[in-house]
Amino acid sequence: MDLSHYLTLSAIIFSIGLYGVLTRRNALAILLSIELMLNSVNINLVAFSHFVTPALLTGQIFVIFTITIAAAEAAVGLAIINSIYRSAKTVNCDEINLMKG
Amino acid sequence: MIELTAQTIPFYILAVIAVISALAVVSLKNLVHSVLFLALFFFCMAGFYILLKAEFLAAVQIFVYVGGITVLFLFLIMLTFKVADKRLRQTNEQWLIAFVMVILFGWLLVTGLSETNWEIAEWSGPEKTIPVIGKLLLTTYIFPFEVVSVVLLAALIGAIVIARK
Repeated sequence: MDLSHYLTLSAIIFSIGLYGVLTRRNALAILLSIELMLNSVNINLVAFSHFVTPALLTGQIFVIFTITIAAAEAAVGLAIINSIYRSAKTVNCDEINLMKG
Repeated sequence: MIELTAQTIPFYILAVIAVISALAVVSLKNLVHSVLFLALFFFCMAGFYILLKAEFLAAVQIFVYVGGITVLFLFLIMLTFKVADKRLRQTNEQWLIAFVMVILFGWLLVTGLSETNWEIAEWSGPEKTIPVIGKLLLTTYIFPFEVVSVVLLAALIGAIVIARK
């Protein structure tokens, strides 16, 4: 397997995640799609690390940071969704228009 | 064209499962099923990390994503949503436009990266990656490491404050 296989796979998964972000109404489903996109980028980083700079491991280090940030993002995002659900009684993004003047 | 190595068959099996579960995540109506397919997708990602000789990341992937984030998502679904209600429309009106745009975007990405010449190096990585990663994290990358710990602390406190009644 060479680098382009992994990059193509990652591009496909990123596009699927982008489709989910653009079309889903449920805020939680949008967060799920964002997780897909983050993971596809992680695959990219590890593949570049493995095929281009195998001795430095830079890509793997950055994937550790990405996973940490993704965990923080999921925790805060879920807390925000929970609090929106309590105040607006819905989590569908097209029905949340509190700031729409 | 494709030379058959020991990695080819696992790669394609994992790739097919990953793409199918990713499609299920974005298209299923029941969110619990979506989250379970997301867990399957995370397992496939861990498999790719093992194929790419990043065993530590595979373990971290399973611990953090499958063990942590998926369970967090399931908790929130159980707490807030009427999961059984399948009459709810799950996609908005722009799904056709979004579909066309995403196909174009994916085509752009795939053609772009297939025409780029990557400088492939011979595999010369360390035999065991975990000691090297630990050493790098505490020497070269010590500053980002500390910053990330502060970010985690901020996210922890922020999540508690936001989710509190």
